[in-house]
Amino acid sequence: MDENIVIETSGLTKSYGKTLAVDHISFEVKRGEIFGFLGPNGAGKTTTIRMLTGLSRPTEGSARVLRFSIKSEIAQAKKHIGVVPELSNLYDELSAFDNLLFAAQLYGVPRRHRRERADKLLKMFGLYERRNQSFGTLSRGMKRALTIAAALVHSPELLFLDEPTVGLDVVAARSLRSLISSLRQQGTTIFLTTHYLEEADLLCDRIALIVKGRIVQTDSPNRLKARVEENPPTEISFTDAAPSLVEDLLQMLPGLQVTALDHRVRIYGGVVADVLETVIQLAKKKGIGIESVTSLRPSLEDAFVKITGLAPAVMAMEKGGRR
Amino acid sequence: MWRDDLRGICYIALKDMKTYYLKPPAISWGIIFPLAWILAFYLRNPRNFEDLVPGLIAMTVLFSTTALEAVVINFELRIGALERLLLAPINLSAVLLGKLLGGVIFGLLMATLVSLGTIISLGLLQVRVLDLAAVLLLSVFVFSALGTLICVSVKEVFEAQTLANLPRFLMVFLCGVFYPISAMPAPLQSIAYLLPLTYTVEGIERAFSGTGAAVSAYHLLVLAIFIVIFTLPAMRLLRRRFA
Repeated sequence: MDENIVIETSGLTKSYGKTLAVDHISFEVKRGEIFGFLGPNGAGKTTTIRMLTGLSRPTEGSARVLRFSIKSEIAQAKKHIGVVPELSNLYDELSAFDNLLFAAQLYGVPRRHRRERADKLLKMFGLYERRNQSFGTLSRGMKRALTIAAALVHSPELLFLDEPTVGLDVVAARSLRSLISSLRQQGTTIFLTTHYLEEADLLCDRIALIVKGRIVQTDSPNRLKARVEENPPTEISFTDAAPSLVEDLLQMLPGLQVTALDHRVRIYGGVVADVLETVIQLAKKKGIGIESVTSLRPSLEDAFVKITGLAPAVMAMEKGGRR
Repeated sequence: MWRDDLRGICYIALKDMKTYYLKPPAISWGIIFPLAWILAFYLRNPRNFEDLVPGLIAMTVLFSTTALEAVVINFELRIGALERLLLAPINLSAVLLGKLLGGVIFGLLMATLVSLGTIISLGLLQVRVLDLAAVLLLSVFVFSALGTLICVSVKEVFEAQTLANLPRFLMVFLCGVFYPISAMPAPLQSIAYLLPLTYTVEGIERAFSGTGAAVSAYHLLVLAIFIVIFTLPAMRLLRRRFA
């Protein structure tokens, strides 16, 4: 196994009775990258993490995590991996500090380094002032941050993050994302599952799209988006509405498609420079100003919809069918 | 690896002591319930209370250990914290033994408290301390293991407490806690000798008998066998839960 490959799976499969939760998936995660597992709820993301971290045995196939087989050498692998489950499951009764101390004891951090390491993480995650507060009394965002801190207490090479921002408010989610980015900068490889498209787009170096237990595509966010970039539209926003604007544009730009909404028009196809020249001429003729011009790039959502054939609403579904 | 496991067992037990010993289900079923029974029997018949002491100590061991296991295992199964332990670089059997040890220590504390209380207040100074210690030590392991077996098969604390009541009350009434086994019909006597509490009660009776028969190796061996009988399937059940 290549030194730079930290996870390698081959035909990894998990079934529960007749239900196939993960269906012969094969992928590699490179050292130092944030690898995203993107898919709707029930796609098999958590089941994959459970297999890779030794919580569940694969029905078929094989995988190596940090060169250790997950079937026969998972105990060795566990020393070098950190796992943040979807639920923040530290101990409500213990203080923030004691929770980190217990994690350090469990992972065999040398006695002389435990307190120092716990304090360092509490400072890094902005929780030092709350070190003596019990976990149960912390806010949801703080609980999430402390759960991540507990997974880092033994300085793992590889961190598994299962839906890290689920249930967090916008501010807490943003701060957590910046924290995840900073972990990558410090050299930690991150395996992240999410059903939030923007999150995957913002954080991940590469993304595997997983639907119904199967990986349908693996690539960088930009390359995935490039797959739907055949005809990016140009959107022009005018200062005022003008009569027969769309008709005039259609006449002046034969062969192109033009749609309008309020003061904005979208022009599909053509060379952007030519399109702009025509639009400026027409605006002058009609005596209206141009507020903004935007070349609309496809989003990861567009790519996801095109590649998987699923509606974006499916991704917005939380567990239990909530939106 | 065994060092990792040993370290894991110790720290899990210590964490459980810190986290769960004062949880309401542990206090109500593990402390208040046996103490209330002891007090009720004492108030009803203080003169013959001495005869009931071995049975009541055995009952205290049974309730305190099984009640605590329900708390240390099912609280964590419910919130997913048990998975956190299984993610650590220690074996599943070490996690289970750590959980078992939490019940063992709680049971020992309660058994010591009740034993010392009755020995001092009733002046039962003829007790063979080493015999009593050996029976109690093995018994807390037996009933913690029984509690573990029951608890890993359900999820909620109340389910575990309810399910545990079945063997608890069966044993309380059949194993000589309040009523001598020798006075029971023969078929019930046969059942009694299939249940571990019988050997705990008999062992404690012998320890308190002073000049009578001492605790036999047979009693201790049977209790040791019950530890294995309950622990192995508990491990298998937990492993299957995370298969």
